[in-house]
Amino acid sequence: MTRRYTKDHEWVEFDGKLATIGISEHAQEQLGDVVFVDLPEVGREVEAEDAMAVVESVKAASDVYAPIGGRVAEVNDALVDNPALVNEAAEGDGWFVKLEPTDAAAIDDLLDADAYKALVATLS
Amino acid sequence: MDEPRKTALHAWHAEQGARLVPFAGWVLPIQYAGGIISEHEACRNAAALFDVSHMGQVFVPGDPDAAAVALETRVPSDLRNLPVGRAKYSVLLTDEGTVADDLMLTRVADGWRLVVNAARTAADLALLEASLPAAHRPVLRQGRSLLAVQGPLAERAVAAMLPEVEELTFLDGRECFLEGQPVFVSRLGYTGEDGFEFDLPDALAMPFATRLQRDTRVTPAGLGARDSLRLEAGLCLYGHDIDTTVNPAAAGLGWVVSKRRREAKDFPGAEAVVAEIASGAAQRFVGMTLEGRLPAREGAVVFAGDEAVGRVTSGGFAPSLGHPIAMGYVDAEHATPGTALGLQVRRHVVNATVTKLPFVPHRYHR
Repeated sequence: MTRRYTKDHEWVEFDGKLATIGISEHAQEQLGDVVFVDLPEVGREVEAEDAMAVVESVKAASDVYAPIGGRVAEVNDALVDNPALVNEAAEGDGWFVKLEPTDAAAIDDLLDADAYKALVATLS
Repeated sequence: MDEPRKTALHAWHAEQGARLVPFAGWVLPIQYAGGIISEHEACRNAAALFDVSHMGQVFVPGDPDAAAVALETRVPSDLRNLPVGRAKYSVLLTDEGTVADDLMLTRVADGWRLVVNAARTAADLALLEASLPAAHRPVLRQGRSLLAVQGPLAERAVAAMLPEVEELTFLDGRECFLEGQPVFVSRLGYTGEDGFEFDLPDALAMPFATRLQRDTRVTPAGLGARDSLRLEAGLCLYGHDIDTTVNPAAAGLGWVVSKRRREAKDFPGAEAVVAEIASGAAQRFVGMTLEGRLPAREGAVVFAGDEAVGRVTSGGFAPSLGHPIAMGYVDAEHATPGTALGLQVRRHVVNATVTKLPFVPHRYHR
Protein backbone atom coordinates (compact mmCIF):
# COMPACT_ATOMS: atom_id res chain seq x y z
CA MET A 1 0.00 0.00 0.00
CA THR A 2 1.47 3.30 -0.96
CA ARG A 3 0.64 6.55 0.63
CA ARG A 4 0.01 9.60 -1.51
CA TYR A 5 -0.24 13.26 -0.57
CA THR A 6 -1.92 16.40 -1.88
CA LYS A 7 -0.42 19.84 -2.17
CA ASP A 8 -3.00 20.86 0.46
CA HIS A 9 -1.33 18.48 2.96
CA GLU A 10 -3.81 15.62 3.07
CA TRP A 11 -2.63 12.02 2.82
CA VAL A 12 -4.53 9.08 1.34
CA GLU A 13 -3.88 5.37 1.46
CA PHE A 14 -5.93 2.82 -0.51
CA ASP A 15 -6.30 -0.79 0.66
CA GLY A 16 -8.09 -2.01 -2.46
CA LYS A 17 -11.50 -1.16 -1.06
CA LEU A 18 -11.40 1.97 1.09
CA ALA A 19 -9.19 5.05 0.92
CA THR A 20 -8.14 6.30 4.36
CA ILE A 21 -7.58 10.07 4.50
CA GLY A 22 -5.96 12.33 7.03
CA ILE A 23 -3.73 15.38 7.28
CA SER A 24 0.03 15.21 7.05
CA GLU A 25 2.50 15.45 9.90
CA HIS A 26 3.61 18.78 8.43
CA ALA A 27 0.01 20.07 8.46
CA GLN A 28 -0.41 18.98 12.06
CA GLU A 29 2.74 20.84 13.09
CA GLN A 30 1.60 23.98 11.32
CA LEU A 31 -1.87 23.90 12.88
CA GLY A 32 -0.72 23.42 16.45
CA ASP A 33 -3.02 22.08 19.15
CA VAL A 34 -6.15 20.63 17.54
CA VAL A 35 -9.28 21.16 19.66
CA PHE A 36 -12.06 19.92 17.35
CA VAL A 37 -12.50 18.02 14.09
CA ASP A 38 -15.70 18.65 12.17
CA LEU A 39 -16.20 15.38 10.27
CA PRO A 40 -18.61 14.77 7.38
CA GLU A 41 -21.66 12.51 7.67
CA VAL A 42 -21.27 8.90 6.65
CA GLY A 43 -22.86 8.42 3.23
CA ARG A 44 -21.97 11.88 1.95
CA GLU A 45 -20.70 11.97 -1.63
CA VAL A 46 -17.68 14.19 -2.15
CA GLU A 47 -15.81 15.29 -5.25
CA ALA A 48 -12.06 15.64 -5.38
CA GLU A 49 -10.99 18.96 -3.80
CA ASP A 50 -14.31 19.45 -1.98
CA ALA A 51 -13.94 20.77 1.55
CA MET A 52 -15.04 17.65 3.42
CA ALA A 53 -13.93 18.32 7.00
CA VAL A 54 -12.75 21.21 9.13
CA VAL A 55 -9.97 21.01 11.67
CA GLU A 56 -10.09 23.57 14.46
CA SER A 57 -6.85 24.41 16.20
CA VAL A 58 -6.60 26.82 19.12
CA LYS A 59 -5.93 29.65 16.72
CA ALA A 60 -8.01 28.95 13.59
CA ALA A 61 -10.36 26.76 11.56
CA SER A 62 -8.89 25.09 8.46
CA ASP A 63 -10.62 23.16 5.69
CA VAL A 64 -9.58 19.63 4.85
CA TYR A 65 -10.12 18.76 1.17
CA ALA A 66 -11.03 15.41 -0.35
CA PRO A 67 -7.95 14.19 -2.27
CA ILE A 68 -10.24 12.10 -4.50
CA GLY A 69 -13.99 11.74 -5.08
CA GLY A 70 -16.08 9.08 -3.37
CA ARG A 71 -18.61 8.21 -0.73
CA VAL A 72 -17.82 8.62 2.96
CA ALA A 73 -17.89 5.07 4.34
CA GLU A 74 -16.49 5.72 7.82
CA VAL A 75 -15.34 8.61 10.00
CA ASN A 76 -12.87 8.43 12.88
CA ASP A 77 -15.08 8.67 15.96
CA ALA A 78 -12.02 8.63 18.21
CA LEU A 79 -11.37 12.25 17.15
CA VAL A 80 -14.67 13.39 18.68
CA ASP A 81 -13.48 12.80 22.23
CA ASN A 82 -9.79 13.13 21.57
CA PRO A 83 -9.05 15.66 18.81
CA ALA A 84 -5.45 15.85 20.06
CA LEU A 85 -4.97 12.48 18.36
CA VAL A 86 -4.41 14.51 15.19
CA ASN A 87 -1.33 16.05 16.82
CA GLU A 88 -0.14 12.80 18.30
CA ALA A 89 -0.57 10.60 15.22
CA ALA A 90 -1.57 12.63 12.17
CA GLU A 91 -0.57 9.93 9.73
CA GLY A 92 -1.84 7.03 11.86
CA ASP A 93 -4.62 6.85 14.46
CA GLY A 94 -5.46 10.49 13.75
CA TRP A 95 -7.01 9.70 10.33
CA PHE A 96 -10.22 11.55 9.44
CA VAL A 97 -12.36 9.54 7.01
CA LYS A 98 -12.50 6.42 4.86
CA LEU A 99 -13.90 6.88 1.36
CA GLU A 100 -15.20 4.39 -1.17
CA PRO A 101 -13.42 5.96 -4.15
CA THR A 102 -15.29 6.75 -7.34
CA ASP A 103 -12.07 6.20 -9.25
CA ALA A 104 -9.23 4.68 -7.26
CA ALA A 105 -6.81 5.25 -10.12
CA ALA A 106 -7.00 8.99 -9.39
CA ILE A 107 -4.90 8.32 -6.28
CA ASP A 108 -1.90 7.55 -8.50
CA ASP A 109 -2.00 11.12 -9.82
CA LEU A 110 -1.30 12.53 -6.35
CA LEU A 111 2.15 13.25 -4.93
CA ASP A 112 4.26 10.36 -3.72
CA ALA A 113 6.13 10.63 -0.44
CA ASP A 114 9.30 12.01 -2.05
CA ALA A 115 7.44 14.61 -4.09
CA TYR A 116 5.48 15.72 -1.03
CA LYS A 117 8.65 15.94 1.05
CA ALA A 118 10.17 18.12 -1.66
CA LEU A 119 7.09 20.35 -1.60
CA VAL A 120 7.25 20.75 2.19
CA ALA A 121 10.96 21.59 1.91
CA THR A 122 10.09 24.56 -0.29
CA LEU A 123 7.66 25.88 2.33
CA SER A 124 10.03 26.33 5.25
CA MET B 1 4.11 46.88 1.28
CA ASP B 2 7.07 47.53 3.54
CA GLU B 3 9.14 44.67 4.86
CA PRO B 4 7.71 43.67 8.26
CA ARG B 5 9.72 44.96 11.20
CA LYS B 6 11.63 42.68 13.52
CA THR B 7 11.75 43.15 17.27
CA ALA B 8 15.05 43.21 19.16
CA LEU B 9 14.31 39.63 20.25
CA HIS B 10 13.83 38.29 16.70
CA ALA B 11 16.90 36.03 16.73
CA TRP B 12 16.09 34.87 20.25
CA HIS B 13 12.57 33.84 19.21
CA ALA B 14 13.96 31.83 16.31
CA GLU B 15 16.43 30.13 18.67
CA GLN B 16 13.54 29.17 20.93
CA GLY B 17 11.79 27.39 18.08
CA ALA B 18 9.19 30.10 17.51
CA ARG B 19 6.87 30.03 14.55
CA LEU B 20 7.13 33.60 13.32
CA VAL B 21 4.22 35.23 11.53
CA PRO B 22 3.47 38.69 10.15
CA PHE B 23 1.28 40.72 12.51
CA ALA B 24 0.39 44.42 12.26
CA GLY B 25 3.52 45.22 10.26
CA TRP B 26 5.83 43.17 12.48
CA VAL B 27 7.18 39.62 12.53
CA LEU B 28 6.19 38.02 15.82
CA PRO B 29 6.04 34.55 17.35
CA ILE B 30 2.57 33.02 17.17
CA GLN B 31 3.83 30.13 19.28
CA TYR B 32 6.97 28.25 20.26
CA ALA B 33 7.66 24.52 20.04
CA GLY B 34 5.56 23.65 23.09
CA GLY B 35 2.35 24.91 21.53
CA ILE B 36 -0.32 27.41 22.48
CA ILE B 37 -2.05 25.30 25.14
CA SER B 38 1.14 24.64 27.10
CA GLU B 39 2.17 28.31 26.86
CA HIS B 40 -1.30 29.33 28.04
CA GLU B 41 -1.09 26.96 30.99
CA ALA B 42 2.42 28.16 31.83
CA CYS B 43 1.02 31.68 32.19
CA ARG B 44 -1.91 30.59 34.37
CA ASN B 45 0.18 28.27 36.56
CA ALA B 46 3.70 29.74 36.60
CA ALA B 47 5.00 32.58 34.41
CA ALA B 48 5.18 33.39 30.71
CA LEU B 49 7.36 35.86 28.81
CA PHE B 50 5.77 37.75 25.90
CA ASP B 51 7.49 40.06 23.44
CA VAL B 52 4.99 42.86 22.90
CA SER B 53 7.50 45.29 21.39
CA HIS B 54 5.20 45.80 18.41
CA MET B 55 2.90 47.87 20.58
CA GLY B 56 3.22 51.59 20.10
CA GLN B 57 4.98 53.42 22.92
CA VAL B 58 4.03 57.07 22.82
CA PHE B 59 5.27 59.78 25.14
CA VAL B 60 3.21 62.91 25.74
CA PRO B 61 5.66 65.41 27.22
CA GLY B 62 5.12 68.42 29.42
CA ASP B 63 3.63 69.28 32.77
CA PRO B 64 1.50 66.21 33.53
CA ASP B 65 -1.38 68.26 34.95
CA ALA B 66 -1.61 70.37 31.81
CA ALA B 67 -1.11 67.30 29.62
CA ALA B 68 -3.92 65.52 31.50
CA VAL B 69 -6.30 68.34 30.64
CA ALA B 70 -5.29 68.09 26.97
CA LEU B 71 -5.49 64.27 26.89
CA GLU B 72 -8.94 64.35 28.46
CA THR B 73 -10.27 65.89 25.24
CA ARG B 74 -9.72 62.44 23.68
CA VAL B 75 -9.81 60.11 26.69
CA PRO B 76 -13.00 59.92 28.82
CA SER B 77 -11.29 58.85 32.07
CA ASP B 78 -10.25 60.96 35.04
CA LEU B 79 -6.62 61.63 34.20
CA ARG B 80 -6.31 64.86 36.19
CA ASN B 81 -6.57 63.02 39.48
CA LEU B 82 -4.35 60.08 38.58
CA PRO B 83 -1.19 60.22 40.71
CA VAL B 84 2.35 59.99 39.35
CA GLY B 85 3.39 56.38 38.93
CA ARG B 86 -0.14 55.09 38.36
CA ALA B 87 -1.54 53.62 35.14
CA LYS B 88 -5.06 53.55 33.78
CA TYR B 89 -6.73 51.52 31.02
CA SER B 90 -8.91 53.67 28.80
CA VAL B 91 -9.93 54.43 25.24
CA LEU B 92 -9.03 57.07 22.70
CA LEU B 93 -12.14 58.58 21.14
CA THR B 94 -12.86 59.67 17.57
CA ASP B 95 -14.69 62.95 16.96
CA GLU B 96 -17.89 60.91 16.93
CA GLY B 97 -17.13 59.41 20.34
CA THR B 98 -16.42 55.91 19.01
CA VAL B 99 -13.38 53.88 19.98
CA ALA B 100 -10.29 54.92 17.99
CA ASP B 101 -8.15 52.61 20.15
CA ASP B 102 -7.82 51.18 23.63
CA LEU B 103 -4.68 52.02 25.56
CA MET B 104 -2.80 52.21 28.84
CA LEU B 105 -1.82 55.64 30.16
CA THR B 106 0.70 56.15 32.95
CA ARG B 107 1.40 59.49 34.59
CA VAL B 108 5.10 60.17 35.16
CA ALA B 109 6.87 63.23 36.51
CA ASP B 110 7.53 64.79 33.11
CA GLY B 111 4.50 63.71 31.10
CA TRP B 112 2.44 60.68 30.16
CA ARG B 113 3.46 57.30 28.82
CA LEU B 114 0.94 55.71 26.49
CA VAL B 115 0.94 52.14 25.16
CA VAL B 116 -1.30 51.69 22.13
CA ASN B 117 -2.11 48.90 19.66
CA ALA B 118 0.46 48.29 16.92
CA ALA B 119 -2.04 48.48 14.09
CA ARG B 120 -3.41 51.77 15.46
CA THR B 121 -0.17 53.55 16.31
CA ALA B 122 -0.05 55.79 13.23
CA ALA B 123 -3.74 56.70 13.46
CA ASP B 124 -3.46 57.39 17.19
CA LEU B 125 -0.45 59.64 16.70
CA ALA B 126 -2.27 61.62 14.02
CA LEU B 127 -5.31 61.97 16.25
CA LEU B 128 -3.23 63.09 19.24
CA GLU B 129 -1.12 65.48 17.16
CA ALA B 130 -4.31 67.14 15.97
CA SER B 131 -5.75 67.32 19.47
CA LEU B 132 -2.88 68.25 21.77
CA PRO B 133 -1.18 71.66 21.99
CA ALA B 134 2.44 71.96 20.82
CA ALA B 135 3.80 71.69 24.37
CA HIS B 136 2.39 68.17 24.55
CA ARG B 137 3.14 67.02 21.02
CA PRO B 138 3.20 63.19 21.16
CA VAL B 139 6.45 61.39 20.40
CA LEU B 140 6.65 57.80 19.16
CA ARG B 141 9.43 56.29 21.22
CA GLN B 142 12.01 54.46 19.11
CA GLY B 143 14.57 51.86 20.05
CA ARG B 144 12.56 50.53 22.95
CA SER B 145 11.36 46.98 23.57
CA LEU B 146 8.30 46.03 25.57
CA LEU B 147 8.38 42.66 27.31
CA ALA B 148 5.62 41.25 29.49
CA VAL B 149 6.13 38.68 32.24
CA GLN B 150 2.78 37.35 33.35
CA GLY B 151 1.57 34.71 35.77
CA PRO B 152 1.43 33.83 39.46
CA LEU B 153 5.21 33.27 39.62
CA ALA B 154 6.08 36.39 37.60
CA GLU B 155 6.93 38.41 40.71
CA ARG B 156 9.37 35.85 42.06
CA ALA B 157 11.00 35.35 38.66
CA VAL B 158 11.44 39.07 38.07
CA ALA B 159 12.42 39.99 41.64
CA ALA B 160 15.55 37.88 41.23
CA MET B 161 16.75 40.61 38.82
CA LEU B 162 14.87 43.64 40.12
CA PRO B 163 13.86 43.27 43.79
CA GLU B 164 12.01 46.65 43.70
CA VAL B 165 9.16 45.10 41.73
CA GLU B 166 7.84 43.58 44.95
CA GLU B 167 6.90 47.09 46.08
CA LEU B 168 4.55 47.62 43.13
CA THR B 169 0.85 46.83 43.24
CA PHE B 170 -1.53 46.47 40.28
CA LEU B 171 -1.29 49.48 37.92
CA ASP B 172 1.80 50.94 39.60
CA GLY B 173 4.67 51.93 37.33
CA ARG B 174 8.14 53.19 38.08
CA GLU B 175 11.61 53.52 36.70
CA CYS B 176 14.18 50.96 37.81
CA PHE B 177 17.76 50.34 36.71
CA LEU B 178 18.98 47.17 35.06
CA GLU B 179 22.68 46.94 34.15
CA GLY B 180 22.84 50.67 34.81
CA GLN B 181 20.17 51.49 32.26
CA PRO B 182 16.70 52.87 32.97
CA VAL B 183 13.84 50.40 32.62
CA PHE B 184 10.23 51.40 33.19
CA VAL B 185 8.36 48.64 35.00
CA SER B 186 4.56 48.52 35.26
CA ARG B 187 2.58 45.97 37.23
CA LEU B 188 -0.11 45.17 34.68
CA GLY B 189 -0.72 43.13 31.55
CA TYR B 190 -3.43 41.69 29.36
CA THR B 191 -3.76 38.08 30.50
CA GLY B 192 -5.89 38.44 33.65
CA GLU B 193 -2.88 37.32 35.74
CA ASP B 194 -0.59 39.29 37.97
CA GLY B 195 2.46 40.41 36.05
CA PHE B 196 4.69 43.13 34.71
CA GLU B 197 5.53 44.98 31.54
CA PHE B 198 9.09 46.16 31.01
CA ASP B 199 9.84 49.05 28.72
CA LEU B 200 13.54 48.73 28.10
CA PRO B 201 16.18 49.86 25.58
CA ASP B 202 16.43 47.41 22.66
CA ALA B 203 19.99 46.54 23.70
CA LEU B 204 18.71 45.19 27.03
CA ALA B 205 15.96 43.01 25.54
CA MET B 206 18.21 40.07 24.75
CA PRO B 207 20.06 39.96 28.10
CA PHE B 208 16.74 40.38 29.91
CA ALA B 209 15.06 37.52 28.02
CA THR B 210 18.12 35.31 28.36
CA ARG B 211 18.29 35.82 32.11
CA LEU B 212 14.59 35.11 32.53
CA GLN B 213 14.82 32.07 30.34
CA ARG B 214 17.38 30.52 32.70
CA ASP B 215 14.61 30.59 35.29
CA THR B 216 12.69 27.32 34.87
CA ARG B 217 9.52 29.03 36.10
CA VAL B 218 9.36 31.17 32.94
CA THR B 219 8.12 29.93 29.55
CA PRO B 220 8.26 32.03 26.37
CA ALA B 221 4.74 32.50 24.98
CA GLY B 222 3.48 33.85 21.66
CA LEU B 223 0.53 35.72 20.23
CA GLY B 224 -1.63 32.59 20.21
CA ALA B 225 -1.50 32.17 23.98
CA ARG B 226 -1.81 35.92 24.45
CA ASP B 227 -5.11 35.76 22.56
CA SER B 228 -6.55 32.76 24.43
CA LEU B 229 -5.50 34.30 27.78
CA ARG B 230 -7.08 37.68 27.10
CA LEU B 231 -10.25 36.00 25.80
CA GLU B 232 -10.63 33.99 29.03
CA ALA B 233 -9.98 37.20 30.96
CA GLY B 234 -12.82 38.91 29.04
CA LEU B 235 -10.50 41.60 27.66
CA CYS B 236 -11.32 43.32 24.36
CA LEU B 237 -9.14 42.98 21.29
CA TYR B 238 -9.06 46.09 19.15
CA GLY B 239 -10.12 45.52 15.54
CA HIS B 240 -12.23 42.54 16.60
CA ASP B 241 -14.28 43.30 19.73
CA ILE B 242 -14.01 47.06 19.48
CA ASP B 243 -13.39 49.51 16.67
CA THR B 244 -14.55 52.87 15.36
CA THR B 245 -18.12 51.58 14.89
CA VAL B 246 -18.83 51.31 18.64
CA ASN B 247 -18.75 53.75 21.51
CA PRO B 248 -17.30 52.70 24.88
CA ALA B 249 -20.74 52.20 26.45
CA ALA B 250 -21.84 49.71 23.77
CA ALA B 251 -18.52 47.88 24.08
CA GLY B 252 -19.04 47.25 27.78
CA LEU B 253 -16.32 49.80 28.54
CA GLY B 254 -18.62 52.37 30.13
CA TRP B 255 -16.60 51.86 33.32
CA VAL B 256 -13.62 53.71 31.83
CA VAL B 257 -15.75 56.89 31.79
CA SER B 258 -15.24 58.38 35.24
CA LYS B 259 -18.05 59.92 37.30
CA ARG B 260 -16.66 63.42 36.91
CA ARG B 261 -16.50 63.01 33.13
CA ARG B 262 -20.06 61.62 32.96
CA GLU B 263 -21.32 64.63 34.84
CA ALA B 264 -19.23 67.12 32.86
CA LYS B 265 -19.96 65.38 29.51
CA ASP B 266 -16.76 66.99 28.25
CA PHE B 267 -15.52 64.42 25.73
CA PRO B 268 -16.49 63.56 22.13
CA GLY B 269 -19.85 61.83 21.83
CA ALA B 270 -20.52 62.35 25.55
CA GLU B 271 -24.30 62.75 25.22
CA ALA B 272 -24.74 59.37 23.52
CA VAL B 273 -22.25 57.58 25.75
CA VAL B 274 -23.72 58.94 28.98
CA ALA B 275 -27.27 58.13 27.81
CA GLU B 276 -26.24 54.59 26.86
CA ILE B 277 -24.45 54.06 30.16
CA ALA B 278 -27.65 55.10 31.96
CA SER B 279 -30.23 53.28 29.83
CA GLY B 280 -28.12 50.54 28.28
CA ALA B 281 -27.08 50.15 24.66
CA ALA B 282 -29.39 48.41 22.16
CA GLN B 283 -26.75 45.72 21.78
CA ARG B 284 -24.53 44.59 24.64
CA PHE B 285 -21.06 43.11 24.67
CA VAL B 286 -21.32 39.73 26.39
CA GLY B 287 -19.47 36.52 27.10
CA MET B 288 -20.85 33.19 25.90
CA THR B 289 -20.01 29.68 27.09
CA LEU B 290 -20.41 27.03 24.40
CA GLU B 291 -21.60 23.45 24.83
CA GLY B 292 -19.45 20.74 23.32
CA ARG B 293 -16.06 21.30 21.73
CA LEU B 294 -16.71 23.16 18.48
CA PRO B 295 -15.41 26.74 18.72
CA ALA B 296 -17.38 29.67 17.25
CA ARG B 297 -15.10 32.31 15.79
CA GLU B 298 -15.34 35.95 14.83
CA GLY B 299 -18.31 36.51 12.53
CA ALA B 300 -20.47 33.62 13.77
CA VAL B 301 -24.13 34.71 13.91
CA VAL B 302 -25.88 34.50 17.29
CA PHE B 303 -29.48 33.24 17.35
CA ALA B 304 -32.26 33.28 19.93
CA GLY B 305 -34.51 30.60 18.49
CA ASP B 306 -34.81 31.41 14.77
CA GLU B 307 -34.02 35.07 15.18
CA ALA B 308 -30.54 36.47 14.56
CA VAL B 309 -29.79 38.63 17.61
CA GLY B 310 -26.06 39.26 17.39
CA ARG B 311 -22.60 38.22 16.30
CA VAL B 312 -19.42 36.80 17.73
CA THR B 313 -16.43 39.15 17.69
CA SER B 314 -13.86 36.85 19.38
CA GLY B 315 -14.07 33.17 20.06
CA GLY B 316 -12.01 30.08 20.53
CA PHE B 317 -11.06 27.21 22.74
CA ALA B 318 -10.39 28.17 26.37
CA PRO B 319 -7.47 26.03 27.55
CA SER B 320 -8.04 26.82 31.23
CA LEU B 321 -11.71 25.84 31.01
CA GLY B 322 -11.46 22.93 28.57
CA HIS B 323 -14.26 24.14 26.32
CA PRO B 324 -14.90 26.89 23.77
CA ILE B 325 -15.93 30.44 24.74
CA ALA B 326 -16.85 33.53 22.76
CA MET B 327 -17.51 37.24 23.16
CA GLY B 328 -19.69 39.41 21.00
CA TYR B 329 -22.62 41.74 20.68
CA VAL B 330 -26.22 40.61 21.26
CA ASP B 331 -29.52 42.50 21.48
CA ALA B 332 -30.06 43.80 25.01
CA GLU B 333 -33.06 41.53 25.73
CA HIS B 334 -30.83 38.47 25.21
CA ALA B 335 -27.81 39.78 27.11
CA THR B 336 -28.64 38.63 30.65
CA PRO B 337 -26.27 36.00 32.04
CA GLY B 338 -27.89 32.58 31.81
CA THR B 339 -29.76 33.32 28.57
CA ALA B 340 -29.67 30.39 26.11
CA LEU B 341 -28.47 31.27 22.61
CA GLY B 342 -27.39 29.41 19.48
CA LEU B 343 -24.21 30.13 17.54
CA GLN B 344 -24.12 29.25 13.85
CA VAL B 345 -20.88 27.54 12.91
CA ARG B 346 -21.02 26.23 9.34
CA ARG B 347 -23.92 23.70 9.32
CA HIS B 348 -24.08 23.44 13.13
CA VAL B 349 -25.95 25.50 15.67
CA VAL B 350 -23.93 25.34 18.88
CA ASN B 351 -25.82 25.84 22.15
CA ALA B 352 -24.38 28.65 24.24
CA THR B 353 -25.19 30.47 27.47
CA VAL B 354 -24.57 34.13 28.17
CA THR B 355 -21.83 34.27 30.81
CA LYS B 356 -20.67 37.11 33.02
CA LEU B 357 -17.18 38.29 32.11
CA PRO B 358 -14.45 37.45 32.84
CA PHE B 359 -14.64 33.71 32.16
CA VAL B 360 -11.55 33.15 34.32
CA PRO B 361 -11.26 35.41 37.40
CA HIS B 362 -8.59 38.10 37.30
CA ARG B 363 -5.79 37.60 39.80
CA TYR B 364 -4.21 41.04 39.93
CA HIS B 365 -1.94 42.01 42.81
CA ARG B 366 -3.97 44.83 44.34
